[in-house]
Amino acid sequence: MTDTATLEPLAEAAPAAKKELTEALLYLDAVTVTFDGFRALNALSFTVDPGEMRAVIGPNGAGKTTMMDVITGKTRPDRGDVFFNGGTTDLTKLDETQIATLGIGRKFQKPTVFESHTVLDNLRLALKGQRRALPNIFRRESAAERERIDEIFETIRLTEHRDRLGGALSHGQKQWLEIGMLLAQDPKLLLVDEPVAGMTDAETAQTAELLRAINANGHSVVVVEHDMTFVRDLGVRVMCLHEGSVLAEGTLDQVSANERVIEVYLGR
Amino acid sequence: MNTKGLAMTRPPALLGTSGIVFLIVLAVVAVLVPVLNLAVTPDSAVHVPTYVVSLLGKYLTYALLALSVDLIWGYVGILSLGQGAFFALGGYAMGMYLMRQIGTRGVYGDPVLPDFMVFLNWKELPWFWYGFDMFPFAALMVLLAPGLLALVFGWFAFRSRVTGVYLSIITQAMTFALLLAFFRNDMGFGGNNGLTDFKDILGFNIQADGTRLVLFVLSAVALGLGYVLCRFLVRSHFGKVLVAIRDAETRVRFTGYRAENYKLVAFVVSAMLAGIAGALYVPQVGIINPSEFSPANSIEIIVWVAVGGRGTLVGAALGAVLVNYAKTYFTSGILAPYWLFMLGGLFVAVTLFLPKGIVGTYYDWREKRRPHDDIPGAPIAAPGPAE
Repeated sequence: MTDTATLEPLAEAAPAAKKELTEALLYLDAVTVTFDGFRALNALSFTVDPGEMRAVIGPNGAGKTTMMDVITGKTRPDRGDVFFNGGTTDLTKLDETQIATLGIGRKFQKPTVFESHTVLDNLRLALKGQRRALPNIFRRESAAERERIDEIFETIRLTEHRDRLGGALSHGQKQWLEIGMLLAQDPKLLLVDEPVAGMTDAETAQTAELLRAINANGHSVVVVEHDMTFVRDLGVRVMCLHEGSVLAEGTLDQVSANERVIEVYLGR
Repeated sequence: MNTKGLAMTRPPALLGTSGIVFLIVLAVVAVLVPVLNLAVTPDSAVHVPTYVVSLLGKYLTYALLALSVDLIWGYVGILSLGQGAFFALGGYAMGMYLMRQIGTRGVYGDPVLPDFMVFLNWKELPWFWYGFDMFPFAALMVLLAPGLLALVFGWFAFRSRVTGVYLSIITQAMTFALLLAFFRNDMGFGGNNGLTDFKDILGFNIQADGTRLVLFVLSAVALGLGYVLCRFLVRSHFGKVLVAIRDAETRVRFTGYRAENYKLVAFVVSAMLAGIAGALYVPQVGIINPSEFSPANSIEIIVWVAVGGRGTLVGAALGAVLVNYAKTYFTSGILAPYWLFMLGGLFVAVTLFLPKGIVGTYYDWREKRRPHDDIPGAPIAAPGPAE
């Protein structure tokens, strides 16, 4: 927002070039977001490969949630590039609904399920399929859809809760239901914000298992989490954010051995 | 596991128990009232005089109006404080047809121009009055005028993501603007006197007992069909998305649905239902004037729905009838000057002590009495606090 005029030529030249440069599913380059002078994201760059699972850690205010907001179209970056599908789609030009339809699913930090719908209806609503208003007045559920929902229920272990209201579930169950809703959308990329906040140790371990299974099925996953035990359980590449940019990247051991990471995050 | 799934996923019936009871009561009233009016001698205790038939007919149109509000407020969370505008537009469309039917029987005897136009020294009919001498055209306008206004208004409002109290305020502003516009004589809708002195409808004398009975029965039929339509909509996948929008709009967007389009469809359907209610109301009360646009009217509709039970459909209809019966009862006695205080007090009392309204509270009570199997049954739970 500050000096867009000078940056314009760069931004225009970029899209064509990206096609050649990246095969990444998600590509962020020099993304900056400023809220009232506060830089939530500061020239953030990283890529996520197809089929990759990545954990993102970082202290509060590091820009983790803003990063998800930018990718899902909730926040427009002041500058920088956000591309999807091997550099073919510029996400900064699309809104939340279009991005969701492209295949990016998002789980919120606070579990957000449809509280006055049954668990089953929550999944039905999320299931990939017709999204337009008028055809949905006369829509009927197909046998294939029913089977797919049963499969998801098995995966998220909520089969016996299918007729309960979403709002009646425990906190951990809501988190799983929301992950199930993401699965039902069948996205190429899942963005999962703090999936184990408020979970017991057993639930945390199950959630790690669940996310690994989802990833093994070919979905790319980006998990934001504070819980180090959980991140270790996931056993994936870790990226540490600090003040809106990447501080360190590597295995959890590498990242936690990094002096600057210890300084800003783990040392506290 | 599959078989278990199939057995448990039976969709809710088009009409629940309360829906069936509602339609039966409505059918009984629709048959009994005309019978008690026609077949019973006037000196009998159970005779229903014609003025009561029209009064009941008026309540039924209010019930349909309340239903239209419940569809968007109860199921989508759109608190429209301008629903009266759609009701009035439907009423004006019907009123224009009725005016054109007067013909040479008006005070000035002009075969084409309604009296108020002759009085204003107008020489010819304004273009927007063309076609209203034909009933099918007028009937179409009853749907199109409110529907188009809702489409344009909703398109701008929902696309700009105006929600909650801001949306309520602009709907209120919309109906107030229309009130002022329709007050003006040069708008061509009869100014503050509105449209009245109707003679006949489809060739039948509008004052005749038979016509009044038919209008009453038609109001009951419209209410019944309106109810079935709303039930059909809210049970569908479309309706589930509406409730999802009410509870978590952001989630709906991130799930890939265009929330604004869903809201728009519901808003337009609701406006058309209100328009039909207005069109049935006008011939039964014999007049339509700009006071129908008054913001207070639209707020009253909200009170009816809140009293009956938001998000229950049946409750909206029940609330409309109960509150209007109370209004008729209390505004004709020594308590008349205090009616508005009572209405306000009622709204406060319901909000504090009966937040789910009469029918919503009954559903809760029925749920508690049911043997507890850890599976809350109501597929569509009562909505959260008003936006």
